[in-house]
Amino acid sequence: MADATVNTAPPRPSGTRIDAASGPRGAKPRRRLSPGNIMLYGTLIVVALYYLLPLWVMVMTSVKGMPEIRMGNIFAPPVEVTFQPWVKAWAEACTGLNCDGLSRGFWNSVQILIPSVILSIAVASVNGYALVNWRFKGSDVFFTILIFGSFIPYQIMLYPIVILLREMGIYGTLWGLVLVHTIFGMPILTLLFRNYFSSLPEELFKAARVDGAGFWGIYFRIMLPMSLPIFVVAVILQVTGIWNDFLFGVVYTKPELYPMTVQLNNIVNSVQGVKEYNVNMAATLLTGLVPLIVYFLSGKLFVRGIAAGAVKG
Amino acid sequence: MAGNTRRMRPFRNIYAKIAALPMILTTLVVFVGGTIWTVTYSFTDSKLLPRLNFVGFDQYERLWSNSLWLTSIQNLMIFGVFSLVFTIGMGFLLAVLMDQKIRYEDTFRTIMLYPFALSFIVTGLVWQWVLNPDLGIQHFVRGLGFESFEFDPLSNPDTVLYGLLIAGLWQGTGFVMCIMLAGLRGIDEDIWKAARVDGIPRWKTYLFVVIPMMRPVFITVLVIVASGIIKLYDLVVAQTSGGPGNASQVPAMYVYRYMFTAQNLGQGFAASTMMLLSVLIVLIPWAYLEFGGKKHG
Amino acid sequence: MQHSISVKDLTLNFGAVSVLKTLNLDVAEGEFIVLLGPSGCGKSTLLNCLAGLLDISDGQIWIKGKNVTWAEPSERGIGMVFQSYALYPQMTVRGNLSFGLKNARMPKDEIDRRVARAAEILQIGPLLDRKPAALSGGQRQRVAIGRALVRDVDVFLFDEPLSNLDAKLRSELRVEIKRLHARLGNTMVYVTHDQIEALTLADRIAVMRGGIIQQLDAPQTIYNKPANLFVAGFIGSPSMNFLHGSVVDAGRAFTVAGAKIDLSAYDGGRPVDMDKAILGLRPEHITLAAEAEPGRTIPATVEIDEPMGADSLVWLTTGGTQISVRVPVERRLAPGTNVHLRVDVAKASLFDAKSEQRV
Repeated sequence: MADATVNTAPPRPSGTRIDAASGPRGAKPRRRLSPGNIMLYGTLIVVALYYLLPLWVMVMTSVKGMPEIRMGNIFAPPVEVTFQPWVKAWAEACTGLNCDGLSRGFWNSVQILIPSVILSIAVASVNGYALVNWRFKGSDVFFTILIFGSFIPYQIMLYPIVILLREMGIYGTLWGLVLVHTIFGMPILTLLFRNYFSSLPEELFKAARVDGAGFWGIYFRIMLPMSLPIFVVAVILQVTGIWNDFLFGVVYTKPELYPMTVQLNNIVNSVQGVKEYNVNMAATLLTGLVPLIVYFLSGKLFVRGIAAGAVKG
Repeated sequence: MAGNTRRMRPFRNIYAKIAALPMILTTLVVFVGGTIWTVTYSFTDSKLLPRLNFVGFDQYERLWSNSLWLTSIQNLMIFGVFSLVFTIGMGFLLAVLMDQKIRYEDTFRTIMLYPFALSFIVTGLVWQWVLNPDLGIQHFVRGLGFESFEFDPLSNPDTVLYGLLIAGLWQGTGFVMCIMLAGLRGIDEDIWKAARVDGIPRWKTYLFVVIPMMRPVFITVLVIVASGIIKLYDLVVAQTSGGPGNASQVPAMYVYRYMFTAQNLGQGFAASTMMLLSVLIVLIPWAYLEFGGKKHG
Repeated sequence: MQHSISVKDLTLNFGAVSVLKTLNLDVAEGEFIVLLGPSGCGKSTLLNCLAGLLDISDGQIWIKGKNVTWAEPSERGIGMVFQSYALYPQMTVRGNLSFGLKNARMPKDEIDRRVARAAEILQIGPLLDRKPAALSGGQRQRVAIGRALVRDVDVFLFDEPLSNLDAKLRSELRVEIKRLHARLGNTMVYVTHDQIEALTLADRIAVMRGGIIQQLDAPQTIYNKPANLFVAGFIGSPSMNFLHGSVVDAGRAFTVAGAKIDLSAYDGGRPVDMDKAILGLRPEHITLAAEAEPGRTIPATVEIDEPMGADSLVWLTTGGTQISVRVPVERRLAPGTNVHLRVDVAKASLFDAKSEQRV
């Protein structure tokens, strides 16, 4: 160290290995508005518009009066907001048979939905549980057939099921449709539960058996409490699928029992004469409301349900 | 305690077997039994009620000489090919965009996926309205000053399928995008790093490394989308009712018409058997690819 | 003299968390440097910054005299080998090796020449037409090294390349890498959490913790003269013993367990009186004494002895701490025996208990 009494500045080191002042330093500058970013977000926004457009149109149309609609700007917000179309759609719209509006179809759908969801999930979850923890000879063969069966077009099984239901005396009734939904929900739900249960540690199951628990004991006391998320996913899948169903609703029920989707189609497509577009859109929105609410509330779980559906075989 | 606790074969694991009874019954009675039943009766001349009067390939001859059926098949093929290509292509491209570590990813995904939560009936009706020539998009654009703008797919027999396509894509692409995105996210990050060190630009990495790695995902999506297309029914009923005329009829509608309204069960059975065959054409090669060589169960 | 790699004041922040803190590091040409540390210490992060895969928050990176702070990985003159090999699964070995070169529009015969050279050096010639799935772990790692080789670069970066292999393969490939370095002479920066790899492969080791380089020295120096308590405890297996006591007599003696150790033979700085000091001794630097030797031995009680074939590891308590000592396996010691331990001060490390630095 230089002696403090000597009055000379320490010599500047020459030819330093690195001149620290030269060249780039620190964080790389990233332009927010680079051409790449503009294209990326631009495309995404255009795509988002494509998806949002119909929803916007649906809502807008359903709160306009008919004169305004006839003026023709489908995208414009209403000058005068009216909820009359909604009231009409719900309570007064005419299908071919009656003029009770969609409310009848709504309650039908609810009546169909609740037992179907409960029954299909109960059956499939027990199924999946049996397949994973209590395998028996041939169980996997049946499962494979079940999965393959889910790809087969429903049309091929439509009539035999009619006969089956007639023999059982429940053709045209609520329970007939519930049974149909249970049957056709089985493949994907069983797959869902089977995959979930096989991801649970086997030690849990073995420990319970050592403790003396049997088939149902383990199911209710161990499996169920651990499976809340997957049950929620199953409910989401079934609520969406059953509420949105059309074909089974039309084939296996009588007109008094038509679910909302069938009623909706009747209201919109079978009415002759003046079309009340605002009522139609209100009706359409009403029908889509339940699954949409489920969708928006469920977030990531919905995606999980889809992914499960895609991991077949 | 009594000595022998070993139960008879069928009674071992009895609870599981009882619990699995629904599955067993479903597969045997409904899936297998129902299919065999329908195929068998497609060789009969059942009209209003099924009857066991065999007439060989009669129904099939009638089927394939019925112009309505031929139109349905043609429509489905055209719609099917376009739908497959565009749904998977668009779904993949959207997934790639979403994979770029963007902000608001959840928002975008919510927007792209919500149509999937809707019924086909809702989808069909909404797009029927949007594509309305007098009051929908065409009218709107004309109102902007483009007097001769034409966009009326649903009224023209030659273009009605494209109207259906727009609606179908709207509903289905979000689903494919989610699955593709999950697949993309499953790619080991080190592979991306290695490609970057090698100096490979992003698009080439997607093309030559990522897509080949995602082959299983593509195949799965293909099978799911294809089997959905064959069952196409609700959307057509809602959006076009098969029209204009018969320009957008599809096989599923043919089946329904002959089975339930035209009182010609035999035709309906034959048509649905044909639908089954077409699905098998997709399924069997796929099953072979996935499980080829391995034993079932 | 130009350094191969120079890191100046490198800082990396993830939000509010500082992952790398004002790091400085100079690597000479042809040097094999190992970044060693526990998980989370920042060694892989530093490597990724060197590679250009991570953007830094402050500082500069120079490679071969060029400021590459903002350069893309492929422009930095580096090749990288990953823990998971990261081979392109759908391409053959040859495809993997040539993909980057083809992308750079290199003429075909130049590509072939480089691939052949890499294949010869790494002995993967017969594997050129196989796909990664058909290779063993060791073969895959060689191909991964080959991918870096064909780039004809000055600096190789290794990110825990042997961690995915079983023990036997690990030691085989370790030797291969050392041989490779001897043959090629490239600068190599190698990240690992395994001390053995570090001690055997490195010219110099950078021991890291919490985003800071604790010590940068040759392996033997790190082993013999660890710069602080952390390094001392991290390197060496079984780990160094730490005797807690005080330094008295104007820095001439260390008291513990009622005994006084003479510090005059200490190899290091000049000890000063400290209330709380720690004397670090490796198990092999403590021996059994027949009787108490003032200034050289401390008393201890045997807890357990673990015979290990060639010698025994004996665990004893002294001054409230448990320590381990190596003794010849014939000396069986019953638990509870009181013994005297002779400490080799010349090989010891004295630490200030508060600053944790070596004196």
